[in-house]
Amino acid sequence: MTARIRKRTGQFFRMRRFKTQVKSVTDTSSTILGEAVARATPAPIASRIRGLSDRSMAWLFITPAIALLLAVNIFPLIWAIYLSFTNFRANRPNAALESVGFSNYSRVLNDPNIWQAMQTTAHFVFWTILLQTLIGFSLAYLIDRKFRGHAFWTTIILVPMMLSPAVVGNFWRFLYQPQIGLFNHIVSFLTGIPPSSFEMLGSVRLSPWAIIIVDTWMWTPYVMLICLAGLRSIPDYIYEAAEVDRASLWRQFWSITLPMALPFIMLAVLFRGIENFKMFDMVTLLTGGGPGSTTEVASITLKREAFESWRTGRASAFAIILFVAVFGLANIYVKALNKVKQR
Amino acid sequence: MSSVNAAHSVVEPSRTSKRIAATIVIAYAVITMIPLVWIVLTSFKSPPDSISYPPKIVFQPTLEGYCNLFTTRTRQTPEYITSLGAPTSTCDEITRSRNMVIAGPSNYWPRFQNSLVIAFGSTFLAVSLGTLAAYGFSRFKVPLAEDLLFFILSTRMMPPIAVAIPIYLMYRQLGLSDTALGMILLYTAVNVSLAVWLLKGFIDEIPREYEEAAMIDGYTRMQAFFKVVLPQATTGIAATAIFCLIFAWNEYAFAVLLTSGAAQTAPPFIPTIIGEGGQDWPAVAAGTTIFVVPILVFTILLRKQLLRGITFGAVRK
Repeated sequence: MTARIRKRTGQFFRMRRFKTQVKSVTDTSSTILGEAVARATPAPIASRIRGLSDRSMAWLFITPAIALLLAVNIFPLIWAIYLSFTNFRANRPNAALESVGFSNYSRVLNDPNIWQAMQTTAHFVFWTILLQTLIGFSLAYLIDRKFRGHAFWTTIILVPMMLSPAVVGNFWRFLYQPQIGLFNHIVSFLTGIPPSSFEMLGSVRLSPWAIIIVDTWMWTPYVMLICLAGLRSIPDYIYEAAEVDRASLWRQFWSITLPMALPFIMLAVLFRGIENFKMFDMVTLLTGGGPGSTTEVASITLKREAFESWRTGRASAFAIILFVAVFGLANIYVKALNKVKQR
Repeated sequence: MSSVNAAHSVVEPSRTSKRIAATIVIAYAVITMIPLVWIVLTSFKSPPDSISYPPKIVFQPTLEGYCNLFTTRTRQTPEYITSLGAPTSTCDEITRSRNMVIAGPSNYWPRFQNSLVIAFGSTFLAVSLGTLAAYGFSRFKVPLAEDLLFFILSTRMMPPIAVAIPIYLMYRQLGLSDTALGMILLYTAVNVSLAVWLLKGFIDEIPREYEEAAMIDGYTRMQAFFKVVLPQATTGIAATAIFCLIFAWNEYAFAVLLTSGAAQTAPPFIPTIIGEGGQDWPAVAAGTTIFVVPILVFTILLRKQLLRGITFGAVRK
């Protein structure tokens, strides 16, 4: 505390010195007339002469970031909207561009493959969120018992979410190998099923679960961390009051812990939902959408349309639909979240 | 743990419940580390050991994976290899024992360098622009501030592939495809949204009075910003920088679609490391290990700031 005060006073004195320096410079160079004008000028005008107005200052600070976002995010988005109404193909840039109206959109919405991909994505998003919320909240609840060394173990648990989903997803392909992979051998050790009797990545039934397991492994810590913040935000005196009223631990959990941590859990679900709706890197490297198209999530279908079939116009329409869907769902969800918060 | 007998022990969990909690959490932590430990172990295995059935836990460690990661090799006749004379390095020796000679360096190191340049370059830009904008939003009455901030956030909701389609076309026109500059600009744009939100939170916490005092003392707004606000915001800026760095370091979707050679980063490269007969798993594991180590260090440094960074500053501790 004292160190902080000392730092502040130090700053104060540095400022003072700076001011006197400025004064000495102006003293030598300014004319008597200039001083008279300065003295006669009312304060607001003086500040306007000395620097820019606050409004133009604000734009000076904000414009570079906004300009970059406009150039690299918004301009391309508008371009994509434009392309979604044409028959443009990126591999034939010189072909005649024709406007096709809404036919790209109607084709996307009537394409069974795309609905299949949306279903796969929904399955993936639902199960990952469910598992991550259950495991993440339980872990947070246990860590909040504040046993000896809990900080250290929390840090260990956090490691997977910091890693590159692509690089680590690629390595999981090795762990899932039926003969040589570690995963099958661990399952075999625990259950007695022979390790080469099932293929996580090769079977239609298991591959959707293969990607769910890796995603849960990576992102449970994320949900856990947010839940932990929620649990720690509950003040002790509420529990003390409950204890005085002889509320059972079970009752305390359902009446205090869960409702008060709910906004945090919902926030975690929102962030994970948005992220997993866009999922591309980990799944691409793990299964590439296969076998067949059993793990082909929306982003992989989009990539195939855009960069393998080169139907840029139709892919753009699909991209816009996806964006509107995420944006719309997120907005509805945020409204619900705010209602829970106000309660 | 001095609080066991403290006055508020009424909410302190009992010893048994603590012990049960510790057991479960530690068990989870150990399980969650298995894949990572396996990556490191595999990187020190020889290729035959890495694909043995059942998987080997005890094995003779070797640097072959790391040698294979950094070199390209060609198969040669034993007569030719004996005619070469004494091997010049450990890698040389290992390679020759497999009847091969080192033909040259692999692309891993250039790709790793690209990762460094692009991640650090974009982080520097994103944090600089983000700090300015965050200060603007925090201190001035910006018209439509709420809408602008939400707009900034919403740019993060677009699926990367959806952004990549027009960016791909735009970069092709501008000659930015497969250049480090193009990737830096793209990552900066993605990271600026995070930087603005995080830094706004940090700057909001610095009392306005400091700058006002400085300005009364004759500082201009700019001087007050650079000499009063920036030093106060150092911790926040450092935390934001590390989050931007981690994103740019780990990013795959843009990198694989927009770079193919000169500007390719490590994440799209590592999965393409192949040996004889499929992926060279020890080399892949070695590449993964080297790539992951910086992030592990950051995680440990960052653990206190982690929460803010991953929630766009929506949750504070």
